[in-house]
Amino acid sequence: MMSFKRGPSDPNPLVAPSGLTAKDLGNEALAGLFARPGRMVLTVFGTVIGIAALVATLGLSLTAGNRILGRFDELAATEIVVSVKPGPNGPIPGALPWDAADRIARLNGVVEAGNLSVVDVKGVLTRTSQVRDPSGQTAFSLTVEAASPGLFQAIRADLRSGRLPDEGHSARGDRVAVLGPGAALRLGIADVAQQPAIAIGDDRYVVIGILNDVARQPDALGAVIIPEGTARNDFALTGPDKVVIETKIGAATLIAQQAPLALRPDDPAVIKVAAPPEPKRVKDNVQGDLDVLFLLLGGVSLLVGAIGIANVTLVSVIERTGEIGLRRAIGASRWHIAQQFLLESAAMGFVGGIVGASLGTIVVISVSFYQTWTPVIEPAIPLIAPLVGAVIGLVSGLYPALRAARLEPVDALRSGT
Amino acid sequence: MPESLRDSVIELSGLGRRFGTDPPLDALIDVDLTIKRGQWIAIVGPSGSGKSTLLNVLGCLDRQTSGTFLFDGVDVAALNDRQLAGLRSRGIGFVFQSFHLMAHRSVIENVMLADVYRRNTWSGRRERAAAALEQVGLGHRMEFLPTKLSGGERQRVAIARAVMGAPSVLLCDEPTGNLDSVTTASILDLFDGLNQQGLTVVMITHESDVAARAHRSVRMVDGRLTESA
Repeated sequence: MMSFKRGPSDPNPLVAPSGLTAKDLGNEALAGLFARPGRMVLTVFGTVIGIAALVATLGLSLTAGNRILGRFDELAATEIVVSVKPGPNGPIPGALPWDAADRIARLNGVVEAGNLSVVDVKGVLTRTSQVRDPSGQTAFSLTVEAASPGLFQAIRADLRSGRLPDEGHSARGDRVAVLGPGAALRLGIADVAQQPAIAIGDDRYVVIGILNDVARQPDALGAVIIPEGTARNDFALTGPDKVVIETKIGAATLIAQQAPLALRPDDPAVIKVAAPPEPKRVKDNVQGDLDVLFLLLGGVSLLVGAIGIANVTLVSVIERTGEIGLRRAIGASRWHIAQQFLLESAAMGFVGGIVGASLGTIVVISVSFYQTWTPVIEPAIPLIAPLVGAVIGLVSGLYPALRAARLEPVDALRSGT
Repeated sequence: MPESLRDSVIELSGLGRRFGTDPPLDALIDVDLTIKRGQWIAIVGPSGSGKSTLLNVLGCLDRQTSGTFLFDGVDVAALNDRQLAGLRSRGIGFVFQSFHLMAHRSVIENVMLADVYRRNTWSGRRERAAAALEQVGLGHRMEFLPTKLSGGERQRVAIARAVMGAPSVLLCDEPTGNLDSVTTASILDLFDGLNQQGLTVVMITHESDVAARAHRSVRMVDGRLTESA
């Protein structure tokens, strides 16, 4: 049995202020929340939706932005085509030097470069055999192109069969040809195992390779491509028409500036450069309106969520008036009461932030999965989101907590349990 | 003389409480009252006589507007709000007519609530709450929810909560107001037992037969206090 008699050695602790340890505060706040779990879930809902919308919007715009950058990495953002500005009397022949591709390849930031020219065959037809077949067409008017060895890499040519011409073929002027898939189809050549030959006019060329596809310069798909040296010998090619360049990512702008000087230091103005637009601007154009809309939507949801928390906390303060009175009676100061309600509303916001960030992340991943994009989320966002939720809960709880703290214990105790 | 050895727990002299309404209302007028340690005193009076106001002042939930109030020798008027809250948490055990138990917490958790604002650690808290419950005869109901208890049992829980910290005064506001006569008697027996262990009990009631159980009875009429037989 305990005793209520005070001994002479008892200190008088009466005048010390009351206190609330962090553990007790947390315990009381959580107990207050979980006394009505269903209500807590509904209250948190608005914050969950708001945070989820924000996280999903930020994540999706980042994901979509990454996707766009990725597509341009593949092709446009790394492609430069250098050609010659037409003079007053048409194209200036020989304006590009024969070693144009080599000069460009020496620039830092260039991955591959190759010369490409359309050969003027003076109207002669291309055919597989000399036999004239009255029942079908055997001779075609095909585009003949001349390429330096680097071109095939620069246009990312994919070989279906055979091989590509090298430096030696060009230097020796070998009569070899590579067929684009369209040209191969029309000429009836399926593969190079039998060393098929074609005739351009009266000259015969051995087909050493057939292309499957090209990523750039799609004209090559329907053309007969012969080495540049061969074109000089056989068709009096006067100079490359253009240089196709693949740059490293981000180097396109720089190479576009340097190329005219590298090719024609004497007269850079004669060179025409087709460079991709700044990738950054492409990205900016794609983002924009939709993002603002969704961010606005997320913001509005958060506001609604905050009002929801404020509302429910206020109702809870009114319902728990008796409890507040009791707490004041057993030693709670106004600040202790305010603390408890602030912590309860902040905890609701925090939980809302965690659930919302998780939902938002799931949305980003699901959409990315469906669109086969790579999901990208700023790593800080899922970490910051619960804090944002907690701050929202805290702000929402300010007024109800103030109301609770202002309650007079005498009146509060009278209001029943 | 050390304050803890003072033989009076509560000393009121010339105490007044005026509410600033228009016209001002004097709820307490020139109240003099000394309550000795270990006393069991009943404050009786009709409603509107000012006994609730007196209880609020005695419970340090309200402050007097004139006169002095010494609680265990401490001049209450000199304390700030936080010190007053501290005095409530350690010096006073409250028992209310409507029990004020938290419906979602078990009996023992309700009793443990008494320790929350005392900055005590959790070690021993449950044991002390259990001891207080044993003392009021509810050792077998610790994990029950208050909603499963009878009115008398609920009030016993509230009393256990009030005495858990060994307060200087047990302050009861119509403690039997919601109870039938049999239960009332048993609660009064409990007060008697606690009082015999040295606990000072101050009980506000309007029922004269309840007041008769106390050792001393004072009467409030129109804000003034008179000693009754």
